[in-house]
Amino acid sequence: MGGKAFALAKLLASGFKVPDAACITVEVYREYVKSTGLGERILLELNRKPFEEMRWEEMWDASLRIRNMFLTTPLPAGLRASLVQFLEARFGDRTLVVRSSAPGEDSARASFAGLHESYVNIRGTDAVLEHILKVWASLWSDAALLYRRELGLDVQTSTMAVLVQEIVAGERSGVIFSQNPADETQAVIEAVHGLNQGLVDGTVEPDRWILQRESGRILRHLAPQRDQWVVPAHGGVRTEPLPLEKSGRPPITDQEVGRVYELARHAEHLFATPQDVEWTFRQEELYMLQSRPITTRSGSEEEDKRPWYLSLRRSFENLKALRRKIESQWIPAMIEEAASLASNDLSRLSDRELAQEMEKRKAIFDQWVGIYWSEFIPFAHGARLFGQLYNDVLRPEDPYEFMDLLSGTGMVSVRRNMKIEELAGLLRENAGLRQAVQEKADLSPYGEFAAKVEAFNREFGDQTCGKAHCLKDEEALHRIVLEMAGRPPTAAVPKAKDLQAMEAEFLAHFDGENRIQAAEQLELARTSYRLRDDDNIHLGRIEGQLLAALDEGKRRLQARNRIRTDLSEIEEVIAALVDPAHSPQGLEVDEEKKADFSVKPRQLIGQPAGPGISQGTARVILHGSDLSEFKAGEILVCDALDPNMTFVVPLCAGIVERRGGMLIHGAIIAREYGLPCVTGVPDATSLIHTEDRLTVDGYLGIVVIG
Amino acid sequence: MAEAEELKLLLKQLFESQKLAVLATHNQGQPYASLVAFAATPDLKHLVFATTRATRKFSNLTADSRVAMLVDTRTNQDSDIRSAMAATATGTAEEVHDPVREVLREIYLEKHPHLKDFLHSPTCALLRIKVDTYYLVRRFQKVVEIHVTP
Repeated sequence: MGGKAFALAKLLASGFKVPDAACITVEVYREYVKSTGLGERILLELNRKPFEEMRWEEMWDASLRIRNMFLTTPLPAGLRASLVQFLEARFGDRTLVVRSSAPGEDSARASFAGLHESYVNIRGTDAVLEHILKVWASLWSDAALLYRRELGLDVQTSTMAVLVQEIVAGERSGVIFSQNPADETQAVIEAVHGLNQGLVDGTVEPDRWILQRESGRILRHLAPQRDQWVVPAHGGVRTEPLPLEKSGRPPITDQEVGRVYELARHAEHLFATPQDVEWTFRQEELYMLQSRPITTRSGSEEEDKRPWYLSLRRSFENLKALRRKIESQWIPAMIEEAASLASNDLSRLSDRELAQEMEKRKAIFDQWVGIYWSEFIPFAHGARLFGQLYNDVLRPEDPYEFMDLLSGTGMVSVRRNMKIEELAGLLRENAGLRQAVQEKADLSPYGEFAAKVEAFNREFGDQTCGKAHCLKDEEALHRIVLEMAGRPPTAAVPKAKDLQAMEAEFLAHFDGENRIQAAEQLELARTSYRLRDDDNIHLGRIEGQLLAALDEGKRRLQARNRIRTDLSEIEEVIAALVDPAHSPQGLEVDEEKKADFSVKPRQLIGQPAGPGISQGTARVILHGSDLSEFKAGEILVCDALDPNMTFVVPLCAGIVERRGGMLIHGAIIAREYGLPCVTGVPDATSLIHTEDRLTVDGYLGIVVIG
Repeated sequence: MAEAEELKLLLKQLFESQKLAVLATHNQGQPYASLVAFAATPDLKHLVFATTRATRKFSNLTADSRVAMLVDTRTNQDSDIRSAMAATATGTAEEVHDPVREVLREIYLEKHPHLKDFLHSPTCALLRIKVDTYYLVRRFQKVVEIHVTP
C-alpha cells in the first residue's frame, strides 16, 4: 500500500487523530498500465537513452510526455466502475485529498518530500479519478527520475499506490521536525495561517519555533512578514493576501506549540525514529496529516546538483517576481554594461592598463554568469510550468503542442537574422554589389550596404560563440550574406491564424479569476521562452567585450613575438602584459577526437524537438568559426547551439544537437523557422561528419545517416 | 478441405501469439532482413507492418515490392529445431492510404497499442503484404504450401 498509507494506518491504530483515508493499492495501478498498454509506452519513452546520460531537462521532458500519456489514457470501463463504486461508498460527496504513497517512499533512507504529487480540495468522483491518474503519473516525475536510485525506481517493476483522504481544512497548519536536521539537540516547528500547501511549496513564509528537543522548551521564535495564506478554492487551492487581523499574530499560541511538540514526540516514539510531521488545527482540534522519517541525506556531496535542479521548479508567484527583476533590472543593466565596455578604446591603454581592463572584464563576465545561473535559468522554466498547465487542461495528442503558443514573440536572434536577410536582399537586387562582395573588391561605391553592415556590427558584431567570435570579421559576415542571397528570402514562420483559435480554446477552459491568471501564465511563459534566448545574446555581448580585450592583449604580445595566439589563456596573457619577463605557458590544445572509422552509424535517436522532415548534407560545427562556412540547405550538427550562433539558421534545412532537451536553444530557434530538429543525440558531432547525407525526422526524433 | 481449415486456424493462432516477424526485402538481388511488429488481417490474406520511410527496408520494397515474412515460435532452446513452427509468407508489399489505412491501423494497434505514437508520425508508413503463398514448417523438415486465392 505504500509508505504513507502504512504510516497512517499505524497512527490511526494507535489512537492519533488522523483524517479518514482509504488506499488505492498498487494492484490497481498494475492493472491499468497493463491492460491499456501504457506500461509499454512508458518503457519506450524511457528507452531513448540510459538515465546516466540524461540531463535533468531531458528527464523533465520525458516525464511531461508520460504525464500526458496518463491524462489521455482513460481507465478501462470495468476498472473505472469498481473504483467509482468504492469511492462513492467510502467517501460520498466529501472533499478529499489525493496523494501518493509509493512503496519505498518514506523509508528512513529515502524520505524525499515533494517528489510525488499531492492534490488538495478535490470533490466529486470524476475529479478524484482524474487526480488518481495524475498521482500515478508522478511515479515518473523528473524528481523521481533524478532520485531513482534512492527511491529504488525500476522501469520494469515500480508501482504506485494512492492515498485518498478526507480533507481537514485547518485554519492554522504546519510541520514539525521532532529532531532538527541541523542540530540534534533541537526540534523545529514551522507554522502558517491557512493550509500547509503554502509552506510546502515555499510561497508562504512560516513562523518558526526552535525548541529544546528533550523538554519542548521554546528557545527562539522567528516571526516573518505575514502577508499571504493558501486557502481552499474551487477544485484546488489559492494563494490570497492574508487578512489584516491575522497578519499581526503568529498562527499558533505557545500552548499550541506545546501540543504540536507532544504530538511529534508520540509519533517518534511510535515509529522509533525522529519524524517530520504535517499537522493542522481545525478550530481547537489538532490533526496529524502525515508523518514520515526525517531525511538524513548521507553527507551532501559537492557534486550533487539535484537539489538545485529541483529548486528550478518555481511557483507562479515566484516567477512573476523574477520576471520583474529580470526585465526592469538585469537586462537593461547587461545591455548598458556591454555598451559601456564597447565604448572603450583598448588600443589607447598601456600594457598594464590593458591587463587591468582584462581583469575587470573577466570579473564582470563572471559576475553576470553567476546571475545567469541564479536568475535567468530559473526563469527560463516558466515555459515548463505553462506546458504542464496547458496539458492538464487540454489533454492534447502532442504534449509539446504548447510550444507553438509560445513562439513568434520577437526574439533578438530572429531580429538579428532579419537584418542579415536585409543585407542579402541588397545583394539579390544588385548584381554589381553581389559580384563585388564575391570578389572581395572595394565596396565603397555601395553606400547603403556599407551603412547597413556598420549598423549591424554595432548592434550584433561582438557576439561570441563558445570562446571565439562568431562573425569574426567582415569576410565571415559577407560569406553568410552571399549564401543567403543565393536562395529566396527565408523568414521566421509567422504566427498561424489557428494559433489564435488555440489560445482562445485554452483560455476558454477557465472562468472568472482563473482565466485572468491563465492568461498571465501564458504571457509569463512567452516572456520566459523569449528571454531564454535573449539573455544568452546579451551575455554573449559581454563575453565579446572580454574577448576583445583578450585579443588586443594577444595581438600586442604576438607583435613582440612573445606567444602563439592559439595557445594562450587569459591569465597568461594578463601575466605576460604585466611582467615582460613572464614566459607564457601554452595550454593543452584540444585534440580533435578522431572518429573511429570501423563503425558506421546508420540511425541515431534523440528527442523530436522540432516537427518536420528534411534531407540534406551535414555541416558539423566544432568551433564557432566553422559557422561562416555554412552553405544553404545544409543540416546543422553541433554539440550545443547557442543563440549567438543562430544567424545561420535561415540557411539550414534541419538542426541536430548533442545536448538534450525540448526547450533548448536549438529547438526554440528551429520552431521559429519551422525546421525539423532532433536533440539529445549522444556523440552527434563525432558520429556524423561534414558532407554525410542526413535525413532528419523531427516527428520521431531519428537521424538517418546515408 | 478440412485440412485447409485446420491449417488456417493454426496460422491464425501463430500470428496472434507472435509479436514480431522477420521481413525479407532485397536491394538489386542483395537480400536484406529486418525485425518488424506485425499483425494479420482476419482472412489471413494480408500481413500488416509499419516502418519509417528513411529505412533500407522501405527503399528496398519501393524499388521492388516482392517480399517475404517469417513468423515462428522459437524459444531459443535445442528442442526448437524439431518443435518450433515457422510460417514464411511470400507476396508483394505496398503502402496503404485512407480509407484502407484506417481499417488496418485499427487492426495493428489492437495488437500493438504501445506503438500508437510511432504510427501517428507523418514519417511512418503503414504497409500490407498481399500474400500469395504460406510455407508452413512443423517438425523438422515437414513442410506444406498453402496457396492463397486472391
